[in-house]
This record gives sequence, C-alpha cells and structure tokens, in this order.
Amino acid sequence: MSVPSTIRILNGSSLPATHIVSVRSALEQQFNVSVELKEYWFDLDTAIDKPRGQYLSAALLRQMGAEEQPQERLKLIGLMDADLFAPVLTFVYGEAQLGGSCAILSTFRLHNAFYGIPPDEKIFLERVAKEAVHETGHLFGLIHCRTFDCVMRSSTYVEEIDLKSANICPACRKYLEIRPKS
Amino acid sequence: MNTNHRIENNDTTTPSILVVDDEKVVRDSLTKWFRQDGYSVESAENGAEALKILQTRKWDLILLDIKMPGMDGMELQERIKDLDQQATIVFITAHATIESAVKALKRGAFDYVTKPVDPDYLSHIVTNALKARLLLKENERLRESISVASASDEIVGESAQMKKIFDLIETVARTDTTVMIRGESGTGKELVARAIHARSTRRFFPIVPVNCGALAEGLLESELFGHERGAFTGAHYRRKGKLELADGGTLFLDEIGNISLKTQMDLLRVLETRQFTRVGGNEVISVDFRVVCATNTDLELVVKRGAFREDLFYRLNVFTINLPPLRERRADIPLLVEHFVKKYALQMNKPISGLTCDAMDAVVRYSWPGNIRELENAVERAMVVGSAPNLRPEDLPFNLSEKQHQVREGTLDDVERSYIQEVLDRNHWNISRSALELAIDRVTLYHKIEKYGFKRPEPVH
Repeated sequence: MSVPSTIRILNGSSLPATHIVSVRSALEQQFNVSVELKEYWFDLDTAIDKPRGQYLSAALLRQMGAEEQPQERLKLIGLMDADLFAPVLTFVYGEAQLGGSCAILSTFRLHNAFYGIPPDEKIFLERVAKEAVHETGHLFGLIHCRTFDCVMRSSTYVEEIDLKSANICPACRKYLEIRPKS
Repeated sequence: MNTNHRIENNDTTTPSILVVDDEKVVRDSLTKWFRQDGYSVESAENGAEALKILQTRKWDLILLDIKMPGMDGMELQERIKDLDQQATIVFITAHATIESAVKALKRGAFDYVTKPVDPDYLSHIVTNALKARLLLKENERLRESISVASASDEIVGESAQMKKIFDLIETVARTDTTVMIRGESGTGKELVARAIHARSTRRFFPIVPVNCGALAEGLLESELFGHERGAFTGAHYRRKGKLELADGGTLFLDEIGNISLKTQMDLLRVLETRQFTRVGGNEVISVDFRVVCATNTDLELVVKRGAFREDLFYRLNVFTINLPPLRERRADIPLLVEHFVKKYALQMNKPISGLTCDAMDAVVRYSWPGNIRELENAVERAMVVGSAPNLRPEDLPFNLSEKQHQVREGTLDDVERSYIQEVLDRNHWNISRSALELAIDRVTLYHKIEKYGFKRPEPVH
C-alpha cells in the first residue's frame, strides 16, 4: 500500500493559528491529504539582498529543506511575511520546487495596504489560501494552467489572484490522479 | 488548453526556451519559472555552450544576457542569426544602455528588458515572442505546403530526352531568366511552364497564362494590359490585365508567334521598361514578373517573313527548352498511357488497370501527330468504351488502328502536310471535326491550312 502524502505548513508568518485554519482547510480539500501545522523561524539573514531590501526565495527553500529534511511523501509549505524575490524578477509571491518537497509563500504583497487600498481581511486570507494551494500544486507536479479560474493559473499581479478560484480544475485534478505519486 | 494535459499526453508542441546567462542563480530561477509555465527549458552559461546547444535543435525563444565572459550577448546574437535567421531573441540584462538596446533591436532582437523585470511584464514578453515565433513557423509551413502542392508532378517521362528537359527545368527555375518553350502542339509546353514556376522563387505568386493564339488583336491587347472604364464599347468597368495579375509571379505567353505586330511592340516596351498603361488609361503601372513563352511555330522563319519583330524575338529567346514530339520519345509512351489510365480509372471509377499487349503495341507504334494531348484523348475515349481489366485494340480510336500501318516519308513538314490534308479530306473540310481528330484547336488548324496553302475544294453540284 503506498504511503499517502502529508503537507506540513511551516508558519513563519505573523498569521495566528486561527487564520491558518482557512489555509489548512483549503489544502485538505484540494489535495485530500492530511495537513499539519508547525511554527517555524526563517533565518532571513541568509537570504537578504540588502540593496533590493528583499529576500531570495531559493535560499529560504534550501533552508527549509536542510532543516526539516523532508522524507518521502512529505510536502513543506512555508509561510512568511517578508518580501520575496527571484533573480531577474522584481518580486515573487512564492516559489516551489516543481515536483519537489519545499515551497514558500509570502504574505507581503497579498495585503491591500501594500497597494494603498483599504484593508480587507477576508480577501487577504482568501489570497493566502489560494497561493498556498497554488504553490503546493507545484509540489505535486502541476504546472501553470491556462484555464481561467483554475487555482494553478499563473498570477503576476494581485487582481489575477482574486479572479481565480481556490479550486484545482478538472483537467489538473485528472493529472494529479494519474501522475506517478511523489 | 490545459497545460498539464499537454504534458500528460506527451504533447510535442511545447514551446522551448533557451536561457543564456553566466549567473547560475539566474539560469536556475528562469528555468524554474518557465518550467512552471509548461515550457521546455534548457540553459547555457556562455556563448560557446549556447552555440553547441543551438546546433542540435531549433528553439522557439532564446533569452540572452549581454555581459558574459568571452563572447558577449551581442556577438552571440549575430552568431545565432547566422545559424537561424528566424531565431526569436529577447535580451534580459542588468547592464542596459540605450545604445545596446537600439543595437540589439536593429539586429533583430524581439525585445530587450532590464533586470529585475516585473513578472507580469516578462510573462507578456515571452507570450508575445512565442506568438510571433509561432506565426513565423506557420508561415514557413504554409510556404512549404504551397511548394509541394504547386510543384507539378504531371510531366511524365523517363526517356533520355525528358531527363534532359527535367534538368533544364531545375536549372532555369532558380533564375529569373525569360524562357521560351518550343515544341509541337500537344507536347506539354504549358506543363513545363508550370513546372518552372512551381520551382522558382515566384511560386508564392500566381502563374498567369495568356493564349495569344485564341484572341483577336483588340481583345488580346485588353487581355494583356487591362482597360479603363469606357475605354471602348462594352468596357463598363476598369479591368486589370494579365500583366498586372502576374505581378510578382510568372506570365506565360502561349502561342507567342500569333500576336500582331502592334501588340508585339507594346509587349516589347513592357518587357524593357516593366511599365505599361491600361487600354484607355494614363496611369503608368509598374510590374515585376518573369516571362515564360511557348510556340509551336518556327519563329525564326516568322521573323524572316517580317511577321515577328526581331528585337522581341531576341528578348524572348534567352533560354530555350525544346520539347520533343512524342514520336521521338516512344520509350515514354507506356508510362504516359499508365498515367492516363490511372487518372481516368479514378475519375470514371472504372477498375481498368492497363492495356493488353496488342493494344500497347499499337499505341507505341502510332505516330501521334497530336502528341501527348492526342494520346490522352485516345486513352480517355478508350476508357469510356472499354471494360475491365484491360483496354483492347478495338477500344482505341478507329483512326489509331488504321494509321499504325501507314508509312509516311519526307520531312516533318511533309508528313504533317500529308496527314492534315488527309484528315481534312476525310472530314469533308469540316474544321471542327478535323481539329478534334487532330487534337489541335481551330486557330492552330487555320494556321496550318495557311502555312501549307491548302485550298478548300469547290462544292460539286
């Protein structure tokens, strides 16, 4: 019998446990696996790019992998508040190892306040949940989907996150069902 | 279409991206970013490595950094364009200058972006670059399919003479040289003209045939040059002529020996200046076409008689292809018969696969004064009356069976004169029936009558 996957949320953000519930629930619903929560501390000094004032997502992924040493079928999704970037790009909402074990997501650019508009807690939490599902989808081997409202659709600005649903579309789900389990 | 489905179905249409940057973090980051988008990605850390990768396959998009040790991005761009003129290149650089941006774009780069780039902007550039690349590929594919579709495969022949003709077609097709195709009626002059066009760089434009022998002088002028509204009675609309329609392509002038001296003069002017005006018009129109002409007459003789301009003759007679009459390449007759039998078996849905030995023997021995056109007509007629599995001698046109035993002597003109006289006499000078039997058109028959000085016999009362 194959070992089912487990998702572990490494919470290094300021989100209280009560808010993480919605993220946890979304992950359970979309991937039908057990989801754990662990409080985590990200060593941001190892990832900072001082001139940019941002943190290299790849470095933080390496940190997660080295510290947690994820075993077979364990997927790690890190939550944190600092602004992430990837080389070449001005920012990233998150980053994931495609088909791998570690993904990271920043809440920094998911707040309305970042864009100078009135805060909206509900929308903020929806965005966090969607992006958590999106990055975790990459861990399970899903690439970006062109279906309009699929959660795996690529989002390069926050309005696009709001437009898509929190659900994996039927075609992506079919892929999840038939792919080699990792 | 769902991207993940494409991968599941081993979709080979996944766009490919090559990332060339000396920084590993950049290569890794972009590779990851684009793979998540479903692209097939490879990377290279310098120009030399990139060129090695490019030798192995084509890439839909190449992302280049500018500042790299050894060969920089600008030099690499030139080398890539040497390998693939259509290569789609986007520069992503942290060392952007207006000068380098202008240089890169002038040399054909699709875009030029500065690091760090907004993810949304990068996504749009890549999408647009790949769309542009797709259009280019589709254009290439369509051009290729036009080449295949338009390349004539109807010239049938394996004899030494025809192999030489095929070589000449291949040689002259690549140039823009004016070609004169000479041969008796029915030898396939138009097919050769189409074959030349189909293999030329003008094949994506039309080949426009003009039958100079079929139209009276005034009509031919309008046919060639077009006319303006009101140019003559009946000219209710402006009409483009064949010269204009052939712009970019090939103008095929069939039976060039039959045009009037006035039209010859106008045509010569067009060939020299590549300009003309429509009948009744003032606007000077410029055209660019290649001329292929054909004749079954002895043009040198017509020039000597003063009925064809010498200067026009020399302008047209640059490269000559002489098509042999069918009787001089009897080895091709069985092949031609097989070709026509297949064609009409398909058209008529008749399971006839060939000829009996006797029938083929008769066909090969016949003189075929009407050449391939007459042969095709004979096969078509035989296919109508014949039945599976093979055509028999009695299915062939009656004159074929009779004629095979007749021996004709003398020069070619003697033989032709004698045969035409015979056909006219047999059909009681009915021009239509005689032309049909000879497998030539009425105008050509009238020219032959004039040429040989035949006189219609007085009716007997």
